[in-house]
Order: sequence, then C-alpha cells, then structure tokens
Amino acid sequence: MEKRVIFKGIWLPLLLVAPQMLITAVFFFYPAGQAVWQSLFIPDPFGLSMQYVGLGNFEYLLSDPYYRASFLTTAVFSTLVTVVSMGVALYLAVLADRLIKGSGTYRTLLIWPYAVAPAVAGVLWMFMFNTRVGVITWYLGQLGYDWNHVLNGSEAMGLVVVASAWGRISYNFLFFLAGLQSIPRSVIEAAAIDGAHFWTRFRTIVFPLLSPTTFFLLVVNIVYAFFETFGVIHTITAGGPQQSTTILVYKVFADGFVGQDLGSSAAQSVILLLVVGALTVLQFKYVERKVHY
Amino acid sequence: MATLTLENVQKSFGDTKVIHGVDIDVADGEFIVIVGPSGCGKSTLLRMVAGLEGVSGGEIRIGGKRVNEQEPMDRDIAMVFQNYALYPHMSVAENMGYGLKIAKTPKAEIAARVQEAATLLQLTPYLKRKPRELSGGQRQRVAMGRAIVRRPSVFLFDEPLSNLDAKLRVQMRLEIKQLQRKLGVTALYVTHDQVEAMTLADRMIVMNAGVADQIGAPLDVYADPATAFVAGFIGSPPTNFLPAARFGGAEGEMLGIRPEHLTLGAAGAGRIDGRAVSIEPLGAETLVHLRLEDGTAVTVRQEGTAELPAEGAEAGLSWATGEEMRFDDAGRRLR
Repeated sequence: MEKRVIFKGIWLPLLLVAPQMLITAVFFFYPAGQAVWQSLFIPDPFGLSMQYVGLGNFEYLLSDPYYRASFLTTAVFSTLVTVVSMGVALYLAVLADRLIKGSGTYRTLLIWPYAVAPAVAGVLWMFMFNTRVGVITWYLGQLGYDWNHVLNGSEAMGLVVVASAWGRISYNFLFFLAGLQSIPRSVIEAAAIDGAHFWTRFRTIVFPLLSPTTFFLLVVNIVYAFFETFGVIHTITAGGPQQSTTILVYKVFADGFVGQDLGSSAAQSVILLLVVGALTVLQFKYVERKVHY
Repeated sequence: MATLTLENVQKSFGDTKVIHGVDIDVADGEFIVIVGPSGCGKSTLLRMVAGLEGVSGGEIRIGGKRVNEQEPMDRDIAMVFQNYALYPHMSVAENMGYGLKIAKTPKAEIAARVQEAATLLQLTPYLKRKPRELSGGQRQRVAMGRAIVRRPSVFLFDEPLSNLDAKLRVQMRLEIKQLQRKLGVTALYVTHDQVEAMTLADRMIVMNAGVADQIGAPLDVYADPATAFVAGFIGSPPTNFLPAARFGGAEGEMLGIRPEHLTLGAAGAGRIDGRAVSIEPLGAETLVHLRLEDGTAVTVRQEGTAELPAEGAEAGLSWATGEEMRFDDAGRRLR
C-alpha cells in the first residue's frame, strides 16, 4: 500500500505548485497561445496591422512544395540522428559495461562531448569539413574524394546528422550504461549457464530488459532532433544547399525571422507542435506496449 | 549423471587468497552440501564449479573430464541462484525452455519437457504467467524447473532457500531432497544454514575461511567434529567451550561439550558451578543458560519435564568424560 500525506485545505497545495505553473504559463502556454492566435493572421511587413485570414496560412503551407519537402527532410534527419546516436551509444555502453580496468577514465571521456554546446559543436564540425580549409576535407581530397557539403545536399545532410548525433551519444551512453548495470548479474549468468553466448544473451535477455531505457531515449532523442539541432544546422549549413537540410524548426526560423512572414511562421509552429505531440502519443501507445518495466 | 571431483582447488582475487586448496570427491547421484558462515568462500567454490569464476589453482573434473577452461554452457551443469535469476520478460514456460531453445531443440520436445517438469513441480497452472506474478515459493520452483528441463549431470544450488520465509523453507527443503532422489542427479548445494545442511546432505563439507575443515555424513560430523570451528558451527545451540586447564588439560586447550551432554544438579555437587541467567522453555526441551565464575557462557539442553533451577540460582554442572571433545590452541581436535 502506498502511503500518502494528505494536506487539508486548498491554499498550501496551490502555493506549492504555483512556481511550476507560473513558469509553464509564462514560457509555454502564453507563447503557444500567441502562436495559435498569430497563425490566423497575416501581418503587414512593418507589423503595424494584421489581417484575419482564418486557416489561410495553413492552406497555403500545405500546398507549398517547399514546406512538404521540409517534412521529408525532417523525417530523414531525425530518424538518422536518433538511429546513429542511439546505436553508437549502445555499442559503446555495452563495451564499457564489460570493461573492468580503466572504466572510469573511459566513461569520463565518453561523457565530455555532452558538455559542448550544439552551436559550438556545429562550428567544430564545420571547420573540420570546411570545403577550403577543413582537415578532413583535405584528407578526403588526398584520397581522391571531393567533399563539398556546400553544394552537395546529401553530404550536407550527412554532416549535420553526424554533428547532431555526436553530442548526443554521450547522453544516450550514460543512460544505456546505467540501464545495463541495473540488469542483475545473476540473470546474465543464468543465461550463460543455459547456453547463451554473448550475442544471443544480448538479443534475448539484455536488449529486452533494456527496453524501458531505449524507449525513453527514443522519445527524448526524437524531440531533440526536431528542436534542439537548430544550432548545429544554423552554424553548418543554414538549411542549405537548396533547403536540403531545412528541417521544420529551421524553416520556422527562416520564414519568420529571416523571411518576415510571421503568419506562416506561426502556423508552422502550430503544426510542429501537433506533429511532436502526435509522435509522442503514438510512441507511448504502440511502442510502450512492448516495453517490460 | 556424473561424478564431480575437486582437486586442490584454489582461488585468489589479486593477492588475497580466498580458497586454500579444497579436495572433494562427489559420487554419482550424491547430494553434497557446502556449509559455512558468510565469507568462508563457499559461494566462490560453487561459482568456480559453475564456471562463473576462474580457477586459480588445482583442477575441477565433471564426469572425469577436466573443465577448468570450459565455458559454463559446456560443463553440463544447471544452477539455481539465491535470487532465482528468472528472466523477467519471459513467461514461466519460456523461462524453463530457454536453454533448450538455445540448443535448438525441436519445439514439440521443448513443450513436452517443460510440461513434464511443470507437472513434477506443480507449476502447470502458472506456465503462462510472468515471474513477477508468482510468489516466492513458486519462483523458486520455476528456477528449479529451469534446471531440471535441461537434464544436466550436476545441479548447483547457491543458497536457494534463503529468500523464503521459515515455513516455506522447510517445505521446499523436503521437495528439493525428494526431487534430487527422484532424478538421481549429482547435487552441490551451498548454504549458511546448518539445519539445511544436516537435513539435505548425504555428506557435508564444513568450510571455514577458505578451508574445508571437515567432510563427512551429517551425523558423523555432528558426533565427531574435527575442529573447534566445526563443533561450534554445527549444532544448535552450539557446543559449549570451557578452558581445559581447569579439568587437568594443558594451558590454551579447550574442552567442548554439547548442550545435551550436560546435566544440572545441586551447587557444589557437579564438576563446576554456574549461575542460571536465563531459562528458555521450548516445550519438549528447555534451554538453560548459565554463566560460570570466569564469565564463560554455557547452555544446557534438558528434557522439558526435568527440574529447573530458579533464575539467578547456583547450579552444579556435570558430564561424562567420554562426551568431552578436546581441542588444541589452534582449534584442532586432540584424540
């Protein structure tokens, strides 16, 4: 039986949740409400007047081929970032879990990239792959490969995926390692006695028992790929070339703050909000069922 | 079915030696219990037999074949863990059939063997459940079922009953014994509970600080302990130890007398006097705790109907010289 402390009256509980509610209201409900409101208008370029257009902004967006392309770009980008960062992190965590000597150093070094801000990470990768002075570009040139992410859309996508996934690996690694270490040793030993070799044990015992961690990271990483990769994309490609790395959140920024089309930008924010909300609900509904807590 | 032989088996963790050369010869179908206090190395010894710990020295043979370098899965053993170590995401049937599935046994045969084991362990109604939906005793049975289904040559038990309540422990103890008899599988069983050791073992090994102090049938070990440690560890309440110098022995020697071999009489009439400090009537028998002049605590076990001294009263202790066990200052038995 769970024991609960019960407070009498309504004022103390209200007071206790008030700070959180205030922050949520100021930084989420108010801006989100503003976005919904603005998405129904087209303001003039000087911001002096607004014209009500109903769902006109949405209609225009959904028939815009650039916007639809941005959806596909986002899907490709977020899938790649999630798969790469989680895959590499899981691989490293499994190795670190087996390590006995020097595991402290190894872990510390693996966690460092997480401390690097996305924009700084972006600049780092941008310089390494710079088409004129980049170290890696130069080596690739020596090998006979002409790297140019400024002109080549696939290379640009590859670069922003790697740069975004890189900083994320540390975070995922931490969670995977903690998840691996919370699996009782005796269960693994029992499987070993039952005849399961390393890979079989991983597939049939470790990975299923790790599923709560994997599920959590899946949700968090997709949200990360949707929103927080802005800094990386802005510094490396600025959405180019030819919008090949313009993910939804970057388009919100580009259309709204660069293009000054605030109505469309607001409508895009609303759509983005709905997409992420729907994705999360979907994940909880369908993926979580297969998770063993 | 196989014999199990340990020959001068040693284990060190870094510079610390935890097992100092253990020799055992287990006959086919024999039930051997390793008993000792925590930290004596008994679990480490078992894990070495299982292949979960490396062997630092000596040799382990199963069915006459050296297994030191073999992986656990190649040793033809099954182990029941203290915390059961069931796979939480699999049903009872999947848990029991896991080993067979990995060995690529045909599905029909897996189902048949799981069914057979489930019947034997009265688990049939629970085959579809997950471990978390079972009680402690049922989980324990599933863990045993998982071991049985694979038909190994040796069963290893690592304190399998210590997570159960007292009543269930007694019941499962009986079941384990009957099961082992029925299947005729060689079994190595580790416990810190001397009652479990006495009741289960064909022969028991009393371990103390990485050394096998004595190996023998439970009653032989009880009646004729080889060291002071064995005399003190096996038997409840434990053997009383008196300084032998008071009774004509050498300085430093100890005299061991079991509580049931002591009789109480009038003060001054026995071989030594003590003050009764507390009395525990248990019905069929009564334990009388006394304190000697020099502070030594002594326990007397007598019939429930025997006359009792008053608490705080002086009483005389006597015993037959033939019941005395003499130990030298290193704890070795003097004969």
